Amino acid sequence: MCGIVGLLVKNPKMRANIGELMLPMLIGMTERGPDSAGLAVFGAAVGADERKFSLYTSEPDFNWQKLSHDFLTHLGSKVINFAQKANHAVLTTHLETETVKTWLKEHYPQVHLLAIGQLMDIYKDVGTPAEVAARYDFSQLRGSHLVGHTRMATESAITPAHAHPFTAGQDWCLVHNGSLSNAPSLRRKLQHEGISFETDNDTEAACRFLEWRMREGDDLQTALEHGFEELDGFYTLLMGTKDQLALVRDPFACKPAVVAEHDDYVAIASEFRSLAHLPDIKNAKVFEPSPKEMYVWKV
Amino acid sequence: MESLKYDLTNTPLREVNQFLHSDASLLNGKHIEINNPNGAHHIAVGLKSEATVTIHGHAGYYAAGMNQIADVTIEGSVGSGVAENMMSGRVHVKGFASNAAGATANGGLLVIDGDAGLRCGISLKGADIVVGGSVGSFSAFMAQAGNMVILGDAGEGLGDSIYEARLFVRGKVKSLGADCEVKTMGAEDRKILVDLLERSGHSDVSPESFTLYGSARTLYHFNVAKSGAY
Repeated sequence: MCGIVGLLVKNPKMRANIGELMLPMLIGMTERGPDSAGLAVFGAAVGADERKFSLYTSEPDFNWQKLSHDFLTHLGSKVINFAQKANHAVLTTHLETETVKTWLKEHYPQVHLLAIGQLMDIYKDVGTPAEVAARYDFSQLRGSHLVGHTRMATESAITPAHAHPFTAGQDWCLVHNGSLSNAPSLRRKLQHEGISFETDNDTEAACRFLEWRMREGDDLQTALEHGFEELDGFYTLLMGTKDQLALVRDPFACKPAVVAEHDDYVAIASEFRSLAHLPDIKNAKVFEPSPKEMYVWKV
Repeated sequence: MESLKYDLTNTPLREVNQFLHSDASLLNGKHIEINNPNGAHHIAVGLKSEATVTIHGHAGYYAAGMNQIADVTIEGSVGSGVAENMMSGRVHVKGFASNAAGATANGGLLVIDGDAGLRCGISLKGADIVVGGSVGSFSAFMAQAGNMVILGDAGEGLGDSIYEARLFVRGKVKSLGADCEVKTMGAEDRKILVDLLERSGHSDVSPESFTLYGSARTLYHFNVAKSGAY
């Protein structure tokens, strides 16, 4: 069991409060996922030639200042912005993605690269949703849309890296409630395509599969149609891209989802419990998404 | 009728449910209103008195599960397993119901005004279910006894491996499950349908617009000619 939440704020005035609106959604899913939590938030874009790198380390006393200093010394490049919260940091630079990746691997192998993008920041860690939210000031987040997850691990270890969201490529992430029975064979297939994995988690296989399909030219819809053919198991998947949220449920609707569409927002959660607090929810259109259908909401 | 109000924002659900499990002599004829359910699970489960309960809002999983005698109305939608294993009484959902509505119910009447999700009436054991909207796939799977009235459409595999339940469907059926077939609606079947339409607030709907589905009974006995397929 796991919990998923998603929130897309249509009313620009409410975007400064997306964190505050979302927090009870995430905490509402604690019973479904008490061991880890995470979220990806899409905020203001950095400059056209810049990228944000979301970093994480499990070392509590990690010297982030030294990393920032070494980055400048080794690469001769100014860090445009460096925002650190607990053991996460978001580093903004105009350097090429591969340059940063290679440098990190060489000098800071203990630092995990969670995500790359121009709008997306990712935070994920072990602990109850309330603990993780407090650690990373989720209530202060601003942005247009986000996806969140609360995890009850069933098939792989409880570590920050195994927590959701999972990402691949840039400004693209996925959270998953369910379990995939063919994740190992899917991984082998993708490894033949030269795709490497960071964990043994089943969701990572789905995430890299969909991202690979989109790199091969599929749009999100076509990639998900391929997903229905390839993914075997139970899933409700919620995805975030730079300007949309997308939701699908497996053909047997084994895992739940409820949607509330309001003039000011679209909110998605595993259960209504996480939507009940939202402003003016009584006037929202609340419905259960059908299995094997794709739902997309644009910012 | 004496009426009692509970607000789940300031009263723990367990306290409300414990009150609803009081001796029937205390509850018979009482009306209990529950405000701000906010999707909580297990609201009004296991009732066994002549009480009426109204839940003002959306309820979570297993709302009014295992109901006996009582009359429970949910003004909003419900999560999975509403009225599951109901024995008697009446449960009315004014919104939509998620998966496995009325699963294994033995008796009583479940009325859903909106759509029901997948596996509605799975393993039905004698209750009646009326759905104003459509039902999802695999509904009435292994339904043994009782009646389902579906005013909208049915998804895939309706009535798979069905025993003796009756399925009245007004709309389209995407596909029938194994051993489920169209039946001729006899006078007795029609009487049951008319009665259920009346009791669920659909007396304006013509019984002639329904098709009856039931068991072809080919799976009841071992068939040696098909032993290779087992």
